[in-house]
Amino acid sequence: MRKLECPICGGLMSIPDDAMSGELFEHDECGGQLELEIDEVGNYKLKQAEEVSEDWGQ
Amino acid sequence: MKIGIVYDLIRWEERALIDAVKKLGHDLVPIQVNRKVFWLTEPNGFSELDFAIQRCVSFYRALASTAILEEQGVTVVNSFNIIRDCEDKLYTTLKLSRNKIPVPKTAVSFNRETCLNIAEKLGYPLIVKPIFGSWGRMVSRALDKDSLLEILDFREYMQSPYFKVHYLQEYIDKPSRDIRAFYFWEEVPAAIYRVSNSWKTNTALGGVAVEAELSNELIELVKRSGDVMGGGILGIDILESKDGRYFISEVNAIPEFRNTVRVTGKDLARLMIELTIKNIKQ
Repeated sequence: MRKLECPICGGLMSIPDDAMSGELFEHDECGGQLELEIDEVGNYKLKQAEEVSEDWGQ
Repeated sequence: MKIGIVYDLIRWEERALIDAVKKLGHDLVPIQVNRKVFWLTEPNGFSELDFAIQRCVSFYRALASTAILEEQGVTVVNSFNIIRDCEDKLYTTLKLSRNKIPVPKTAVSFNRETCLNIAEKLGYPLIVKPIFGSWGRMVSRALDKDSLLEILDFREYMQSPYFKVHYLQEYIDKPSRDIRAFYFWEEVPAAIYRVSNSWKTNTALGGVAVEAELSNELIELVKRSGDVMGGGILGIDILESKDGRYFISEVNAIPEFRNTVRVTGKDLARLMIELTIKNIKQ
């Protein structure tokens, strides 16, 4: 597990080792909907998940 | 096999598919479309893929990335044509109706005055739907002429031009539920009722999933509907009227299946991969 900082509340969140870029997580402590971002050089960070758009769904 | 998963976000469904590909011993090639450059004039390195499963939550990302992959020689499930035809409710209704699949009476108009003519024929209540969109968003029920005009007013001031395409549909008085059935390559592996006290039964809006056992008649209807829309992997929404008739309401080309797996215990992600491989090989 990898510990990353929640961009909403600043708390730490455990992310599974096999998590992938774009994967969604909910932070238990603050309820924030978060998206994992992994950049080209392999840096991990959490960001607030994208807002639902008009063309989303199925 | 080398199997691509084309995605923008990884929800429960995409995670289940990723795990299924790995557990079945295949090579996973993740393609996160919103972090990638797609060259239209040069190859993008996808030629080694045996096929790709399209899972973008955004319709336009799904359609664009599928077009690119297909034109560069990759088989995508579902195909560009299936995704386009299922996302556009106007086209889905046309195609199903032309092929004798029962659908609610539906008409389209491009201005409010002619909508009133449609309403006279359909009667009230009636449904006004965006031709694109999901999860029950902006789907409205007009109870009478006044509420229809109010709904049309809102739509005509929306910026997106597709809100000016007014899709009006007969209201089917359902028994507090509708049916979501899955169609995987001519098979019907699972179905649920979506139970709700609201006339909108979408699970995204609080509809409760309950496993459904479909009659042979209904299974045949699901199969025929899936075949008409082009096959592949589909989620087919069915309305049942209180007098026992069935109508296909929508067909989803990138269906969510978390709630169905939860209540049926069926491993739909694994089945999706296995049946796709079987059919691609044929």
